[in-house]
Amino acid sequence: MTSVNQEPTPTESEILASPDVSADLMANSFGDYVRIMGRRVRSGESGALPVIAGLVVIVIIFQVKNSLFLSAGNLVNLMAQSAFIITLGMAEVFVLLLGDIDLAAGYTAACGAVVALWLLALGDPWWVAVIVALAGSAAYGALQGIVTAKLGLPSFVVTLAGQLGLSGLLLYLINATGSIGVGGVINLHNSIINDIENGDLSPTATWIVMIAIAVLSGLGMFYGDFRRRSAGLVAPPQSVTLLKIGGVLIAAIVVAVIANQNRGRLIVLEGMPWSVLVVLAILFLWTMLLGRTRFGRYIYAIGGNAEAARRAGISIVRIRTLAFTLCGLTAGLTGIIYASYLGSISTGVDGGQNVLNAVAAAVIGGTSLFGGRGKMLHAVIGGLVVGVIYNGLELLGLSAAAQLMWTALVLLAAVIVDRITRRGSAG
Amino acid sequence: MNDAEPLLRLRGIGKSFGPVHALTDINLDIPAGQVTALVGDNGAGKSTLIKTIAGIWEPTRGEILWQGRPVHFRSPKEATATGIATVYQDLALADNLDIVQKMMLGHEALKTGLLDEITMEKAAKETLADLRVTTVRNIRQPVGSLSGGQRQAIAVAKAVMLDAKLVIMDEPTAALGVSQTALVLDIIEQLSSRGIAVLVISHNLTDVFRVADRIAVLYLGRMVSNGPAANYDTNSAVHWMTTGTGPSGRAAVPQSAEG
Repeated sequence: MTSVNQEPTPTESEILASPDVSADLMANSFGDYVRIMGRRVRSGESGALPVIAGLVVIVIIFQVKNSLFLSAGNLVNLMAQSAFIITLGMAEVFVLLLGDIDLAAGYTAACGAVVALWLLALGDPWWVAVIVALAGSAAYGALQGIVTAKLGLPSFVVTLAGQLGLSGLLLYLINATGSIGVGGVINLHNSIINDIENGDLSPTATWIVMIAIAVLSGLGMFYGDFRRRSAGLVAPPQSVTLLKIGGVLIAAIVVAVIANQNRGRLIVLEGMPWSVLVVLAILFLWTMLLGRTRFGRYIYAIGGNAEAARRAGISIVRIRTLAFTLCGLTAGLTGIIYASYLGSISTGVDGGQNVLNAVAAAVIGGTSLFGGRGKMLHAVIGGLVVGVIYNGLELLGLSAAAQLMWTALVLLAAVIVDRITRRGSAG
Repeated sequence: MNDAEPLLRLRGIGKSFGPVHALTDINLDIPAGQVTALVGDNGAGKSTLIKTIAGIWEPTRGEILWQGRPVHFRSPKEATATGIATVYQDLALADNLDIVQKMMLGHEALKTGLLDEITMEKAAKETLADLRVTTVRNIRQPVGSLSGGQRQAIAVAKAVMLDAKLVIMDEPTAALGVSQTALVLDIIEQLSSRGIAVLVISHNLTDVFRVADRIAVLYLGRMVSNGPAANYDTNSAVHWMTTGTGPSGRAAVPQSAEG
């Protein structure tokens, strides 16, 4: 190292007193880490921690009100129920990070599902149906992206038009299927697509998969730290990494234990639903895309300050179009999961409601509506919160009215927190 | 002084916006490794001139020579590719990115298609250390948490990392406090000591006299005086800036070059 100390290096306590520093890289010990995290929670930079705390509180309330809430059967049901909220939330994260929104995504999903189920009904293999549906959804996303980015229009208006147009297209498509969609409903008769939400891994496979995920992510974290250290860079203290790995491992074990309980009454029903695996796979892929590629980096840059990104030579039109395309693609995936959950797709799909739940999920999880801040994981956490609220209130026998209003309150709380945080960090 | 070709030479540059002549017949040499301060009253054409050099606007008349060869920048990108980096006054930095991400933005290092964070962090760290930017506590802290001076430093460090040969700074100390100003002036000196040319616009003559090797005075779109900083003092500079004439009542002498 060159001796560059013109000014005295800040003391350790000065460094730790700053709320801005990354806790992972600044902490020398576990105690430091806890102190820094505490400071970041108060300054609103804590990410997911408050949401998870809120989720725990909601779960406790529901469990007190109805002891069935934490039963294995209901929890597995909850996982399946939340899957499509989560994936649609992940679709929204792509555009929310730019400060955009896609109000059409709910109907993109529905139309994608219609295409898939139509092709299946015509006798095409499942993978052809899936590929065509995804290609169509992605193409529609790209179209919205091009219109928004090239013409510099507000995405709110463009995608609101998209929502209206696609809700019409949904009716048109189902009518156009003729005898397949009689009565405005296309039924799903393909066992592979059906199994996404209704099929389970065997208990042994559940254990193998969950342990493999925990071990691989643990090794990944260790390897990352190791590489930083051997390159002479600061790495998080080992105790912190161990704690994180422990957390992942415990979560994996808890999910496996719950999923592997027999929750059937007449027949044996056990194992983890495939949908959990699908959600985890999409989470992994999109997290890598956002965190480890240029495209992901540019999304954050544009969301943070579009003018600065432009000056750095980033093509805003290209990145925005790509983000909308990926949003459409993920919406298409959601449509297939949704059709699997319902066992059919009908003209009655409320794509408007679904997309608002998805945006709510992403924002509740901690993604900013104003762009620049957010992660795919936020859609998972927020999607679970929305899922828990719907599931719990249903279990308590409360009406749809109460479900909607409670979700509204949670969303509002999340946006307020986001706003206050913004103000705090701007100062 | 030296007869070598200057890094950048402006010859008879004019820029008109319709009937308005923002710049008229500007001649200016910017030598490598020296700090040239561009001063002038509001509306003198300072911003227009640097935007013309930075490729934002094409000159209406005249030519720009880069290392002796004529160049025509049609976009800021072309100017950047040539080696001209501009640090803007409004400091549009993405607040949500950390220092490494910001410094590498648009020039990320990749390894098998994925971002190579370790290489990027090392490069950013080395550049900041080279420039003696020691007030930044953690290279992974978000740019939004930095002071104005530190942001200037990061923007300059980025230019250095991209091998800029000329760094243009628009009012770098305008909104800064005393210690932050010192930080930025230090950085400017660091740049010239590494052979990088700096063109700095400033209203603050104290700052100008502290760092500038050469001073160029614009008055109503014309270059009324330029030469080594030693030829000026605060009074004469102010006189040139406000009246377009020298303190002794001399008429405007464009290119009083090596006076």
